[in-house]
Amino acid sequence: MNTQSNAMNSTPVAGHAVGPSDIPAIRQFYMSVQRELWENRSIYIAPLAVAVLFLLGFLVSSIRLMQTLSSASSSQLHDAIVQPYDLVAGMIMAVTFVVAIFYCLDALYGERRDRSILFWKSLPVSDTTIVLSKMAVPVVVVPLIAFALTVGVHLIMLLIGSAILQGSGIGAATLWRHVPLFHTWAVLFVHLVAGHGLSFAPFYAWLLLVSAWARRTPFLWAVLPPLAIAGVEKIAFNTSYFVGMLLSRIAGGTQPSEPAATMTMDAMTPPLGGLLSSPGLWIGFAVAAVFLVGAIRLRRDRGPI
Amino acid sequence: MACIEARGLRKKFGSTVALDGVDLKVEEGRIVGLIGPNGAGKTTALDVIVGLTPYEGALKVLGRDPWNERDQLMRDVSFIADVAVLPRWICVSQILDYVAGIHPRFDRSKAEEFLARTTIKSASKVRELSKGMVTQLHLALVMAIDARLLILDEPTLGLDILYRKQFYDSLLNDYFNRSRTIVVATHEVQEIQHVLTDLMFIDRGRIVLTCSIEEVEARYFEVLVHADQAAAARELKPIHERQIFGRPVMLFDGADPDSLAELGEVRTPSVADLFVAVMSRQPGRRQGVVQ
Repeated sequence: MNTQSNAMNSTPVAGHAVGPSDIPAIRQFYMSVQRELWENRSIYIAPLAVAVLFLLGFLVSSIRLMQTLSSASSSQLHDAIVQPYDLVAGMIMAVTFVVAIFYCLDALYGERRDRSILFWKSLPVSDTTIVLSKMAVPVVVVPLIAFALTVGVHLIMLLIGSAILQGSGIGAATLWRHVPLFHTWAVLFVHLVAGHGLSFAPFYAWLLLVSAWARRTPFLWAVLPPLAIAGVEKIAFNTSYFVGMLLSRIAGGTQPSEPAATMTMDAMTPPLGGLLSSPGLWIGFAVAAVFLVGAIRLRRDRGPI
Repeated sequence: MACIEARGLRKKFGSTVALDGVDLKVEEGRIVGLIGPNGAGKTTALDVIVGLTPYEGALKVLGRDPWNERDQLMRDVSFIADVAVLPRWICVSQILDYVAGIHPRFDRSKAEEFLARTTIKSASKVRELSKGMVTQLHLALVMAIDARLLILDEPTLGLDILYRKQFYDSLLNDYFNRSRTIVVATHEVQEIQHVLTDLMFIDRGRIVLTCSIEEVEARYFEVLVHADQAAAARELKPIHERQIFGRPVMLFDGADPDSLAELGEVRTPSVADLFVAVMSRQPGRRQGVVQ
């Protein structure tokens, strides 16, 4: 007992260049991300509300389905049972995407507007740590919340569905055979983390940059410059490369020239390996890094509005 | 080592000159009152010292450049800006959690002890607290940080007199417990003069007077002059004159106290009276103005 506590006490001093009274940047980063969640509860409340509403709807439709179940064909049954799983995943994804956009627009603007930046800057946390912690919310935290929530909803749906099918005499096994949950979850995870988190990083970084820069209406400042670039390009060269580039990134790597035949998540999720090795992702990271450096500089320079 | 050392500090906002070549030196362990009229540059000077604003000139705070090393500097410096700036959405326990999580010199139990003496509940959100309570919360946080330098810009704004007194008393107790340097800017000069060791008067971006309280006592005398001695007293060139109940009150800089005693009752001027006298002698301000 005694030796153990001695060993534990001596590790941080011996193992690190950081002095015993210092707090590592990673812990400051973690606390700062936590603080963002305290402030922006809509990050999890909004998708949670969507999930609850969806489950209520699903319960009603399942009960209605029970009455027509015996006369349904196999493919109808498959559609009726499987589709809601993709639907709720899509709904949660959409709402968290919107939440992430508005989060970013307010992240470095709100603290200047309410003057609380003067308090935050009185603490020994660097602007880099703060901006990166704000970037981590849309890139990592929001996709993980969306994923966890979707998995939770899927499990509840599975329970409801099993109970109803069992009660109607068909047997829950049908449901388990038709719903490839683990596959869905794996695809969903890649779609959310790689697709929404990593591919959209330059968008989120742009929004943070605008949020750190704007004196008012960050939303307009975020939207107008891209529109202006697209407009000038169209007038000057009669081309739409810029818009095409933005759209292809929003579509998550799928080529806009060959639209996906079906809007299923499978079709819209590029393989993870392919995505990670695509130059597009790394160009996006470089662009995001430039925007973030700008946001960090602006956070240092700009005071309360 | 000087705690704060500045030479030729300049800061412009557009065409407005906020700091116009400020030279100052604050030694460790002093309690300095930074006193000046509105718009004199107090807040700008303090902002520069805590790294909120870029500047021209040479400045070292605890041996660091505040603008480029703000985050390291803030481990050893605490400051309260001139208005309540705590985020309104946060609740008391969260703000304690956060500061405890990121600040190496924050003693949470000390902050909780301080809060226990107030009516602030740990579940309350800042938006639910009165202005005085928000200031108390901010003070609790700052007092629990073992900082080497404490910068206070109008720290008791919005507090009633009981809390103001409690604040300065606890500040003083804390100060005597360890060696801490404090720079405080305030309008409530009378309330803090017994706390201060040094005075620094600032006017239109320039430091117009720096001296310790001992120097003030040795150098400045206020004389409640007998009516028939007024002309003789004016011969000694007071730096300021005002009337109280029809009797002239004159402030002398560096006169001989014994000869002053023949003119009337001699005493050490209050900081407020000294401030008015020094300010009235600044070029561009009217001489000897009585409020």
